[in-house]
Amino acid sequence: MIYADNSATTKVKPEVIDAMLPFFGEHYGNPSSLYAFAYDAKRAVEEAREKVAEVIGAKSREIFFTSCGSESDNWALRGVASKFDGGHIITSAIEHPAIMQTCKYLEKKGYRVTYLPVSELGEVNPDDVRAAICDDTILISVMTANNEIGTIQPIAEIGKIAREKKILFHTDAVQAYGHIPINVDEMNIDLLSLSGHKIGAPKGIGALYIRTGIKLNNLICGGGQERGRRAGTENVPYIVGLGCAASLAARDMEENIKKLSAMRERLIERVTKIPYCRLTGHPTNRLPGLVSIVIEGIEGEALLLNMFNEGICASSGSACSSGSLDPSHVLLAIGLPHHIAHGSLRISLGEENEVGDEIKIAEAIEKVSARLRAMSPVWENGKPMWA
Amino acid sequence: MYSEKVLDHFSNPRNVGEIADANAVGQVGNSKCGDIMKIYMKIENDIITDVTFKTFGCGAAVATSSMATEMVKGKSVSEALKLTNRAVAEALDGLPPEKLHCSVLAEEAIQSAIADYYTRQGLDPKDFGIKVCDGNCEHCSAHK
Repeated sequence: MIYADNSATTKVKPEVIDAMLPFFGEHYGNPSSLYAFAYDAKRAVEEAREKVAEVIGAKSREIFFTSCGSESDNWALRGVASKFDGGHIITSAIEHPAIMQTCKYLEKKGYRVTYLPVSELGEVNPDDVRAAICDDTILISVMTANNEIGTIQPIAEIGKIAREKKILFHTDAVQAYGHIPINVDEMNIDLLSLSGHKIGAPKGIGALYIRTGIKLNNLICGGGQERGRRAGTENVPYIVGLGCAASLAARDMEENIKKLSAMRERLIERVTKIPYCRLTGHPTNRLPGLVSIVIEGIEGEALLLNMFNEGICASSGSACSSGSLDPSHVLLAIGLPHHIAHGSLRISLGEENEVGDEIKIAEAIEKVSARLRAMSPVWENGKPMWA
Repeated sequence: MYSEKVLDHFSNPRNVGEIADANAVGQVGNSKCGDIMKIYMKIENDIITDVTFKTFGCGAAVATSSMATEMVKGKSVSEALKLTNRAVAEALDGLPPEKLHCSVLAEEAIQSAIADYYTRQGLDPKDFGIKVCDGNCEHCSAHK
């Protein structure tokens, strides 16, 4: 089997498992306890915080552990919004549901939200951000890189505008953290969400970077953990795992970018030779391992189930995979019509993939698309009926 | 989560293709919603002697098309008209709730082909209790 769905989740790295294990049965003390037995746990949490911070040029006291990326996104948006009595938020039309749905919730609570359109390549235009700013804009939240089409946003430019206008800037970096260089100071990022399971740590651990001096309300109330900002006994083994994975991601980032981009380019070159198959997202300014395509005349869920029969795990943003009649909001936002967006396929390569996998994947896509087109009533004489 | 039977019919669909001399052809669904089923039948002396399908849609759409064709093959037209979406779903050991509309589509595709059979003979399908899908999902709640 070739696992090519690393944007969905990743395998926990052996080094990460090794780092975590002692904190289940050996150093199981509560970091809040005062006796020496708990010191190992406390120390490990602080070391992990340092490691997570280092990847983005932050200070360790600016990292707050959460249960996942979605919690970090919720905390950032709700935590800032509730500091104000109403106001305006700017985000993009292609954010992850954790941002989208939180914005919808805030709209119900009386906040105004601008969902900035994106280009055909999935880019937010910084000029649009500037133009959308109102007197009462309290927050700008634009993702670092998109999970479906891989486009990397002009975060530094948006950050610069936000700083100039003295508006808080949050970025959902769940897909980008540990994969591409991010520096919170150079990019003027005030709040940043990240998640462990996209970089070889387990599911169920994330963090929110909060720039020193930024005030936001708590999302989880309770004890005084995380310096009084995020209650709940620390998930020590998972925090240790996140710290370890963050260090490894930073150490190997350059090498992984080189390897995965080359594999990505070979895969794109090959599959875009399939008639009526095109790349979605930006051709070059995209996540190193992410290939997203639409194949006309076939449906995405059928495509990915067939891919699995060929031994390849991938994903799709088709309506059938989401259980609704509409394909993903991202594919619609980049201007794809419904009938084409239904045929989406996302291949996300990770460092576990071996060079050569991309060729096997390309062969499987060729085989499977020919098979499904042969049984498609909308595919006739080598082209889709709408062509 | 799909049942073993759904996965089997999806991976090895029965009766895929077209029938050159079909005397009953029906198509339902539309590409906007992501599901189109087209059924071809050869009907002789009121018996469906051959039936094939072509489907643009998800795994459940392919599997229900495949199963529905198996269930009406060799049957009389009136028996085929009695095929319900529920029977198709049951024959596949069930479908996830969000995929039940695919079995509705399969039932309608069979009906649509038979409607065409009647129309070709100058008969009105409505007289046989057939409700014809017009491909407009907006006003139709059959699959919701």
